[in-house]
Amino acid sequence: MSEKRHAEAREPLVHLSKRASIAPPMAWAIRLIALVLGLVACGLVAFLLVDKLREHPERVGDFYYCFIRGAFGTSRKFWKFLRSLAVLLCIALALTPAFRMRFWNTGGEGQTLVGVLGAIAVDFYLGGKIPEWLLLLLMLAASLLSGAVWGVIPAIFKAKWNTNETLFTLMMNYVATYLVSYFLVIWIPNGSSSLSKLQNGKLPALGNDYLLIILIVLALTIGLHIYLNYTKHGYEISVVGESVRTAQYVGITVGKVIIRTMILSGMLCGLAGYLIAAGMDQTVTTESAGGQGFTAIMVSWLGKFNPLAMILTAGLIQVLHQGAAQISQDFDVSGAMPSMVVGIILFFIIGSEFFINYEIHFRGHGARAGKEAVK
Amino acid sequence: MNIWLNFLIDSLAFGATFMYGSTGEILTEKAGHLNLGIPGIMCMGGAGGCLVLNWIGKSALPPFLIVILGILGSLALAMLMGLIYSFLTVTLRANQNVTGLALTTFGVGLMKVIMSKMDATVYLVGPKQMYRWPFAGRQDSLQCLGVLFFLAVIVALCASWVLFRTKVGLHLRAVGENPATADAVGINVTRYKYVATCVGSGIAGLGGFYYIIDYMASQEAYLSLESFGWLSIALVIFALWRPHLTIIGSTVFGFLFSCSSFITNVSWINVTMAFKPVLKMLPYVVTILVLIVSSVRNKRENQPPASLGLSYFREER
Repeated sequence: MSEKRHAEAREPLVHLSKRASIAPPMAWAIRLIALVLGLVACGLVAFLLVDKLREHPERVGDFYYCFIRGAFGTSRKFWKFLRSLAVLLCIALALTPAFRMRFWNTGGEGQTLVGVLGAIAVDFYLGGKIPEWLLLLLMLAASLLSGAVWGVIPAIFKAKWNTNETLFTLMMNYVATYLVSYFLVIWIPNGSSSLSKLQNGKLPALGNDYLLIILIVLALTIGLHIYLNYTKHGYEISVVGESVRTAQYVGITVGKVIIRTMILSGMLCGLAGYLIAAGMDQTVTTESAGGQGFTAIMVSWLGKFNPLAMILTAGLIQVLHQGAAQISQDFDVSGAMPSMVVGIILFFIIGSEFFINYEIHFRGHGARAGKEAVK
Repeated sequence: MNIWLNFLIDSLAFGATFMYGSTGEILTEKAGHLNLGIPGIMCMGGAGGCLVLNWIGKSALPPFLIVILGILGSLALAMLMGLIYSFLTVTLRANQNVTGLALTTFGVGLMKVIMSKMDATVYLVGPKQMYRWPFAGRQDSLQCLGVLFFLAVIVALCASWVLFRTKVGLHLRAVGENPATADAVGINVTRYKYVATCVGSGIAGLGGFYYIIDYMASQEAYLSLESFGWLSIALVIFALWRPHLTIIGSTVFGFLFSCSSFITNVSWINVTMAFKPVLKMLPYVVTILVLIVSSVRNKRENQPPASLGLSYFREER
């Protein structure tokens, strides 16, 4: 009797265990609750910071309606939403093969940026001198090549000497940024600070300016889904990600897989850069990638490195982004509002993953379950 | 004053921003947590201090009290950010890279919203001189060596002492290298991770505050703060995870970063404009080289903590 009491007293209040599996509806319910809680938290923070909301609390409905209006308000906004989603998704897709083998490629930003730079460099020097179709092809080649180079450098060192890839790729982002400013200084005649829009090297419009990019990324999504799940390469990536030792044991050359996958990852980032350069901007600035390389990491992780699920997560982030931009416009707050809102929601969604992966037993319940198991 | 000496002091002063940032990040990384939220934390540290100053900046409180309250405000918000990070990564075992990036996104955004609403004539103009004690009012670069600069050096030295000369430091490093072993010998892994992350965040936050209120002392300073957060993470590698080396490292980084604007003032060095970005690229390139060399040499004491970036769950095999 006393022994039993002793055992109960020493049992911790909460006890965690990893769930073997969770029913999909349950998982989605948890995520939805997290999203709602996140939105409520956004409202609370906004109440403190947004003067117009504090003075007119009745506009709170208006505040939340902005999230819908920002992305779906007009057909132009909707197309813009789809295109931004596509570009963000493209970078996230690019990072995914690397993430699947637990290579933390935090260099999506830089790889995309050199992709933009490569395309614009070709455009700058050859634009107007060669046929447009050839120019577009050369720009594409330049983007893919520069992205691949930026991605493969850290991979070689990772494969050979196990150099920390997270920090290496992170640093490569800033090397890329200053590489862009270097070329801008060279290209721009004195006096002007930015490169004006180039006349040549624009992707043809398919109905409107948005559709072609969207279709390219859609095809890429399906292609990558097949590559990762139904090919030998994809399988090797998964094995390396699960356990390097197992991979070595079954005869996979881990270094080769790392280098090959990072070439692919960098190349696809380069492709995103090409879409930005040839499909949207026609110019390059140090902000061409605009932090999307970092957002893409979160998109990929939230989508569990599953290309199809990432359509959804990229969409969510983009809705939040455009919604918050709408809020900052309507309620007259700083343009930094979107990153704040996205940050808050992400905290909640990141936190919710815990409740999906782990089961919480409170004192008493767990003990009873344990006894039943013994019986 | 000699132009070169002036420049050296300016590099030192500029470097204090990274000194704080990377000392804080080293403490966090030593506990096994790669905190990519440092840029956001530094921003919030800056915002926290300025919020307090915005409130008391024109009051009749004695200057030293204003200085201390500003520092406390900065610490408070930065540590709150650290608390969010450690709750998500330690208790909820979330992916550290993703949490860190979300923290940066959030911190930078919130800081910009807060700072855009405040009045620089209140939080900056008066307090600036108080923080620049004892060299306030000088015209040369010595003016930037104020209270917060000296605090940065002291904090970096203390952090090194704690990490490498005390039992607490030994335990902390054990947690970062192998939490399961540390747990087995009775070290409270969760508590160490929480405290190291929060204290580290507080220190990093002071870097942002120093940059806004003292080194730049301008209304637009907050807009350029984020990139120096990333540079602080680079400096951790450069300093080989030793806080006292950040003092040298930050001076080198400060030197490389500001020499691009300085060099154009020296008449006999004739450089083209294109050279400037190359100079600014150097801190990152040097960091990469240090990272490569230390991994090739593979000496244990120069490596990142072994379990850096991995969450610890006791019941996992």
